[in-house]
Amino acid sequence: MPEVLKAPLVVEFPFTRSLGPVQSAFLTGLRERTVLGVKTTDGKVMVPPVEYDPVTADELRDLVEVEPTGTVTTWAWNPEPRRGQPLDAPFAWVLVKLDGADTGLLHALDAPGPDAVTTGMRVRVRWAAERTGAITDIACFEPYEGAAAEAEPAAHDGQFDDAVSGIVAEARLDYVYSPGRAQTAYINALADRRTVGERCPSCRKVYVPPRGACPTCGVATTDRVEVGPAGTVTTFCIVNVKAKNLDIELPYVYAHIALDGADLALHGRIAGIPYDQVRMGLRVEPVWTEGGRYPDHYRPTGEPDADYDTYKELV
Amino acid sequence: MSSTGHATHKEPVAVVGIGQTKHVAARKDVSIAGLVREAAQRALEDAQLTWADIDAVVIGKAPDFFEGVMMPELYLADALGAVGKPMLRVHTAGSVGGSTALVASNLVASRVHKTVLTLAFEKQSESNAMWGLSLPIPFTQPLLAGAGGFFAPHVRAYMRRTGAPDHVGSLVAYKDRRNALKNPYAHLHEHGITLEKVQSSPMLWDPVRYSETCPSSDGACAMILTDRAGAARSPQPPAWMHGGAMRSEPTMFAGKDFVSPQAGKDCAADVYRQAGIGDPRREIDAVEMYVPFSWYEPMWLENLGFADEGGGWKLTESGVTELDGDLPVNMSGGVLSTNPIGASGMIRFAEAALQVRGQAGEHQVDGARKVLGHAYGGGSQFFSMWLVGAQPPTS
Ligand SMILES: [Zn+2]
Repeated sequence: MPEVLKAPLVVEFPFTRSLGPVQSAFLTGLRERTVLGVKTTDGKVMVPPVEYDPVTADELRDLVEVEPTGTVTTWAWNPEPRRGQPLDAPFAWVLVKLDGADTGLLHALDAPGPDAVTTGMRVRVRWAAERTGAITDIACFEPYEGAAAEAEPAAHDGQFDDAVSGIVAEARLDYVYSPGRAQTAYINALADRRTVGERCPSCRKVYVPPRGACPTCGVATTDRVEVGPAGTVTTFCIVNVKAKNLDIELPYVYAHIALDGADLALHGRIAGIPYDQVRMGLRVEPVWTEGGRYPDHYRPTGEPDADYDTYKELV
Repeated sequence: MSSTGHATHKEPVAVVGIGQTKHVAARKDVSIAGLVREAAQRALEDAQLTWADIDAVVIGKAPDFFEGVMMPELYLADALGAVGKPMLRVHTAGSVGGSTALVASNLVASRVHKTVLTLAFEKQSESNAMWGLSLPIPFTQPLLAGAGGFFAPHVRAYMRRTGAPDHVGSLVAYKDRRNALKNPYAHLHEHGITLEKVQSSPMLWDPVRYSETCPSSDGACAMILTDRAGAARSPQPPAWMHGGAMRSEPTMFAGKDFVSPQAGKDCAADVYRQAGIGDPRREIDAVEMYVPFSWYEPMWLENLGFADEGGGWKLTESGVTELDGDLPVNMSGGVLSTNPIGASGMIRFAEAALQVRGQAGEHQVDGARKVLGHAYGGGSQFFSMWLVGAQPPTS
């Protein structure tokens, strides 16, 4: 069996987050070197603060200021930091109970090695030089020799000038994608400008592109069947609005095309005919360009239109 | 099997609380937690219940890529008072708001829980749904059209099959946008909308015009479902569930009918069987259905059995589906006026319940006794529907 194709797939997007009143105060506070927590209904102080009480479901809005110093409650050594993590060199992930808080804040501790980290050790915030109103305004924690402050955390109104109301949360996922055995064969055949599907041994339908199994019968498809090259436009729309990342002159026709011998229409662009003369039943054939994996578009063959009854089951 | 064979064993399910946010393009003032909380709080107030009265929470939204929060239900537990209670997430693409309500209803019908909060949401402004649906999969031919390019060819196929005249899609949009003006929660309030304005809006994906497409919204919708005893304590008239069903089929398979999918027909038939409906056109008073592009109104009218093939557009054209018509459709203004994707299905279900409770305000259909709520999604892959009535089921 020939090797299946593989390729990197990176999915990334700059999601935006509306913060709401509590997270807005917390992140704006970090920008001003102020760590805020929230008082729960039973008087505990949560850092980072939450909007709703985890026990009573009450809305929580009573903010307090806690110290930038605290105690490590648990930790894990991170020997190989990855892209986007707080520090480039190996560090400890720590839960820090800041002085005045009753819960742990997850962050990074800058330490020379795991031997330098213990549960119960004292740490303090190392502020980032440039702060924007984000959790990264705390660059990391660092070891600290002072004792815990005794005072009760003071109430804070959460008001700051020019409060941060939203953040951008960049997300990125790295995959290795493989289209699998059936589509690999289909893609390899396209390189020879041939379209090869697979026939279901049970219902005899020819799937293009093949998925390796028939979605109706639930059985593997193995028999290769070459279809096309010509086909019939089963339905279409005229696109008058630019799609992202596509450089095609408007308007153009986006069509469903049933290649001869296929039991499922695939999608393609119709050209070589004025857009307003494209019709259901139009007979078309692929037009390839150098280096293209797929046909660039389909053009009329000049044959008479297919009769509606011959393709209506494929619409 | 008799049409009531199973029903006698089930606990009747009542909707006693409904809440939704004012749907808008962007709710920049709240977090996702704040958004869902607002809808849930309104549903509790409607039912005059507190968080302590809720036994379980069933939540739904569209794919995680739409906001980029993986498994958001985990972080929403405290906002929804779910700590220490069962919390389930349902995931069926655009139909999810409907199937979420049905999963919740099953928990009550099976007497697993007495009172369940169900909620669905989407905060589309935090991302881009079209991006989430068109990831750059290697080796794959990119979709050669935008969002509407997926739907428009199916609309053309419907027109070819039924001989529907061009203007029907505009009639639907004109109706739904006018209905939305009567619904304070609807996203689009196009004062001064006219049929001419709809018909002169740009043709984006011929045959689909700009005004015949749905907006992108931030919003949430919540309902409180309860048993017979809970309904008896309800301060407001409950809506009673008479039938509910879900069906699925692959997005693409040889023989798939995109104009009238088999799964949609089967789902409706199951609901009608449970509810004892023989003639939906005559026995159902109004329908709130998932119409993301205006032409899907006549298409679904046929798929759901309110008209024979080719009869759907005639109901629309003759005014039957208007708010004061014989079979009003999308009294709320529909998906065409409000589309927080994950919540859109539940908004349909909630509107059906509001109607039979007589609480739909200016968009109330006089004498609505039995109303169908319908949702679908995932390229006509998932369907979910319920039929609610002003009276409890008789079986
Ligand atoms: Zn098969």
